[in-house]
Amino acid sequence: MSFSTILSASIEGLGVEMVRVEADVSNGLPVFHMVGYLSSEVKEAGERVRTAIKNSGYDYPPKRTVINLSPATLRKRGASFDLPIATAILASLGQIDVSRRGKCLVIGELGLDGRVRKVPGILPVVMEARKQGITCCIVPRENAAEGALIREMKVIGVETLTETAEFFSGKEITAADVCGNKRKKTGEERPDFSEIRGQENVKRAAEIAVSGGHNLLMIGPPGSGKSMTAKCIAGILPPLEMEESLEITKIYSVLGMVDEEEPLIQNRPFREVHHTATKAALIGGGIIPRPGEISLAHGGVLYLDELPEFRKSVLEVLRQPLEERNIQISRSYGKYSFPANFILVGAMNPCPCGGYPDMEKCTCTPAQIQNYLSRISRPFLDRIDLCAEASRVKYENLTDRRKGESSAEIRERVCRVREVQKKRYQGTKILNNAMLSGKDLDTYCELGDTEKKLMEQAFSVMGLTARAYHRIIKTARTIADMDSAENIRVKHLKEALGYRMVDGKYWRR
Amino acid sequence: MKYEFWFAGIRGIPVWKKIHLHEYMKSAEAVYYIEETQLRKMEFLNEEEQNKILQAKKREDFKEQYDKMKEKGIRFILWSSPEYPRRLKEITDYPYALYVKGNLPDENRKAAAVIGARRCTPYGEKYAIDFARALAGCGVEIISGMARGVDGMGHRGALMGGGRTFAVLGSGVDVCYPKEHIGLYVDILEQGGGIISEQQPGTAPLPQYFPARNRIISGLSDAVLVMEAGERSGSLITVDMALEQGRDVYALPGPVNSTLSGGCNRLIHQGAGILMSPEALLEEWEIRDSGQHRCGRNTGKNEKKLESAEKLVYSCLGLYPKNVDQLAAETELNVNEVVELLVSLELQGYAREISKNYYISQA
Repeated sequence: MSFSTILSASIEGLGVEMVRVEADVSNGLPVFHMVGYLSSEVKEAGERVRTAIKNSGYDYPPKRTVINLSPATLRKRGASFDLPIATAILASLGQIDVSRRGKCLVIGELGLDGRVRKVPGILPVVMEARKQGITCCIVPRENAAEGALIREMKVIGVETLTETAEFFSGKEITAADVCGNKRKKTGEERPDFSEIRGQENVKRAAEIAVSGGHNLLMIGPPGSGKSMTAKCIAGILPPLEMEESLEITKIYSVLGMVDEEEPLIQNRPFREVHHTATKAALIGGGIIPRPGEISLAHGGVLYLDELPEFRKSVLEVLRQPLEERNIQISRSYGKYSFPANFILVGAMNPCPCGGYPDMEKCTCTPAQIQNYLSRISRPFLDRIDLCAEASRVKYENLTDRRKGESSAEIRERVCRVREVQKKRYQGTKILNNAMLSGKDLDTYCELGDTEKKLMEQAFSVMGLTARAYHRIIKTARTIADMDSAENIRVKHLKEALGYRMVDGKYWRR
Repeated sequence: MKYEFWFAGIRGIPVWKKIHLHEYMKSAEAVYYIEETQLRKMEFLNEEEQNKILQAKKREDFKEQYDKMKEKGIRFILWSSPEYPRRLKEITDYPYALYVKGNLPDENRKAAAVIGARRCTPYGEKYAIDFARALAGCGVEIISGMARGVDGMGHRGALMGGGRTFAVLGSGVDVCYPKEHIGLYVDILEQGGGIISEQQPGTAPLPQYFPARNRIISGLSDAVLVMEAGERSGSLITVDMALEQGRDVYALPGPVNSTLSGGCNRLIHQGAGILMSPEALLEEWEIRDSGQHRCGRNTGKNEKKLESAEKLVYSCLGLYPKNVDQLAAETELNVNEVVELLVSLELQGYAREISKNYYISQA
């Protein structure tokens, strides 16, 4: 048989396109043609494949070889087509019979010695393959554990081209097993909330933020433990459900950031971004858009330290994803959508020197403070639900041997509050209180008469905006859930008001 | 007057020499048309000062500038004018001329300067307002420099008390510095006060003009009230000048651990008057207190209305900002309770959030 075909796949953004790899080996001048809208790295596959076939001990007679990757309208990139091309050629040469194993998908990069190397994006490929009714996926050995996360699929990890050929010839290779995927206990050391002395208000605000999925801004002088608190927040995030885990792992898979032995992301991500980050690094981008930090923080926390040091334009691009909980990147040839449902945690000093409002310590002029604060735009601040200011750490706090609550205890409470929300929003797309829209507030956050009166008073005394009003109600809903209260009461609203985002009045200085 | 305007605009010649020359030549016009040989013979002017006059003669646009100033409604008051403030003339180096927008202080009323640091605490702000309001309410005119911090609060307080207040600037009277005080600038004029400067209109606020400005602030006043000043505050320069000019100096005492009140406390130690209340000051000046502008905590507010827990938190608040965490430690309440109580106090007008989670008490 001189013609053969095999299935493979190409990653587009977070999506997967099935690609049919066709090979034809026939008599004629000994040339090697590759067609099908290929990028240069795919064209190079020709050299790798021919050498790998030869070095794997197969006979490759001087014949006319044509490779076609279909659909021809789809731009193909990456080195993941090496293995399917080699397999198709071997089949065309009659060395193996690919029909024997039913509907198979093959993916992997080849070395000149015939060794199969790992490629990114295995998880989404296998997920798509399952949808397409494919029964067996042949992937690089290093990626096998990742592919095996999809239990309904037979995932074969191969190490060499020879092994692949042998599999098609009938040799049994045990499918990779998800059970062999042991949980590593060595996770990185994280600070614990019990190690933070004092700063009770910031801890409380952090717990509220995580409980309801609210965005948090911490203000405080240098050395008051803002960064440490942020790192502790990672330790009180509720556990992931399998579906969420897979969704997050998919993003990491596309970027090739999945651990070989423990592919599944089981902890909610905590992404700390330095203030020199570019727009593309944050929201994703590139010629073929790749997910950025906000998508890597999907389901977890995005931590921006020294918020005013970020370029203003970089912070502005966060506005849309903060509202929509995903990011749309448009290119002339198409639109890509990446999920970005994260809790934003920001930290900043109250003024350039960090001393304000203690005028004994603060050496800044009002103009300097104004300049510093105005680096963050109001529309951006409007998207932050909670704000807490840490105080300067006192000596008594440092020497205080009493330990505060541990992260584990707080996490337990957070999980309980998340359960309450899950129950309430069952059957809707809402996951937590922060995701409530203005319309939902009437359904889930009805206020009594006294509560309405309080908000009316707050509106005039504190000069709230409509957006701030909604954020306060949502935060109050979370505080009420933490208090196991059915309805939002006055005290919940008051606490939410206490942590409301600072408005123009305070940023005047 | 145009030649006087020209003469007033020459920098680098001491005021007394200017006046001497003016009197000797009988008019500023004569100074303008003076022969170089005659000028060179004047021994009380050194060569540099003579050169400055000769150079200034080349300036031709002063007549236009003078007309422009008049169009803007800025008055030009020469030292010899009957309008020139009597009090200012008592000092040794009174200005050759003043530029005035609006009015000058009333000679028959008491005038008090309210001065202090630009960088001040809510404590300094509050008492600058309280004293200025109470004094202005009893007809005392408040003089200050319209700077940030205490100065601005002094003017504000005087306006709140319904009185007249006068700002002495280090820039031209048509230059509002700092810019954010433009509202204050307008209000001062609207309420019958005035903007005064020694600098020609259009002059930018350069640092070197400010010490000279301070002598006018104290010179226009009968007494100088220092609200909040550190040990090395610029306000103390004004105090030195006030003492040289024979003005009474009063200082507002502050906590001994507050460096921003260090200068005030030292002044009191050295014998300055102590500001206990505006009433005491009015009594000293034998001005009858109309009783409408009482100063002090909790005017018109009744602490009894508060719940006991609110009272507890309120009792811990002061005029120096405290963090929620600190208040929780002091009251031994949970932080969420303290936040709730503080919001209650804020809504009832007993507390003010000065920065996020930092509160001060409010009367």
